[in-house]
Amino acid sequence: MGRFTEYSVVGRTLPTESDPAPKLYRMRIFAPNEVVAKSRYWYYLRQLKKAKKANGEIVAINVIHEAKPLKVKNFAIWLRYDSRSGTHNMVKEFRALSRAEAVEAMYQDMAARHRARFRNVQILRVAEIEKKDDIRRPYIKQLLEPGLKFPLPHRRTKSKAWFAANRPSTWA
Amino acid sequence: MGSLFSHVAYGQSTFKRFVEVGRVVLVNDGPSAGKLAVIVEIIDHNRALIDGPTTSVPRQAFPYRNLILTPYTLANLPRAAGSGPLKKALEKAGVLEKWEQSGWAKKLAARQTRKNSSDFDRFQVQLAKKSRRDLVRKAYVKEKKASA
Repeated sequence: MGRFTEYSVVGRTLPTESDPAPKLYRMRIFAPNEVVAKSRYWYYLRQLKKAKKANGEIVAINVIHEAKPLKVKNFAIWLRYDSRSGTHNMVKEFRALSRAEAVEAMYQDMAARHRARFRNVQILRVAEIEKKDDIRRPYIKQLLEPGLKFPLPHRRTKSKAWFAANRPSTWA
Repeated sequence: MGSLFSHVAYGQSTFKRFVEVGRVVLVNDGPSAGKLAVIVEIIDHNRALIDGPTTSVPRQAFPYRNLILTPYTLANLPRAAGSGPLKKALEKAGVLEKWEQSGWAKKLAARQTRKNSSDFDRFQVQLAKKSRRDLVRKAYVKEKKASA
């Protein structure tokens, strides 16, 4: 149970006389729980279609589980975020075991590098990068080198004791 | 990363244990603490996918700070090998037997028995040490007298 779960939220505007069978719209939302998922659904739908929570209904909300949670995958996340002086688009790449984990890493990364909060970031697309050649960023490419190996120099251990007889050794 | 390996290519690396696919690691934290596992794939700079099918360590992502690299590796382990082939490779290489016989593993086991000992066990150790001390000192005095 990471910070985010992926939900499939399906909703529509309520039927009226002029539109007795409104279209259903489905979105894949990353949220910590169902309440936030539904709220984000309406937030996006309002921007994309003439629909709001007051004259609409959520038809279904289901959790989307990761199909292969033990396979390491490369994800590319297309996002749009508000900085202090404008709004920008970005593509970021992450190596993770699931889409939700990649999204969590993305939010942490955006907060760290750009001070962008959850409310300022809109996820446009999360896609698994299937082919190694499609990877754009060097920081991910370097992890895909065949025969990659590296030492762990300067291992820092946490001492549980208040006093220690000797200074710690930093071997890995 | 390339510059980090240039000294390895010349065979002069000061480092002997590397994070790599096939490296046997000792899990240092969490429910599988104290068990061996194998690095199956490197996820990124902080985590690896580890698996220990013969030591009941479930396949999972694990941070390097909670792992200790051992001197053992499984050579030619394919990246992201499944649990089945990994089990076969482990059994073929006999890594766990080598580990059990190593001084490191024996020291860890000794630490555990000492930690789990009851007062009666410690009393028995006290008696055993006393009798050993007695024999050693008696023999020493005898040798001293004989050489004097």
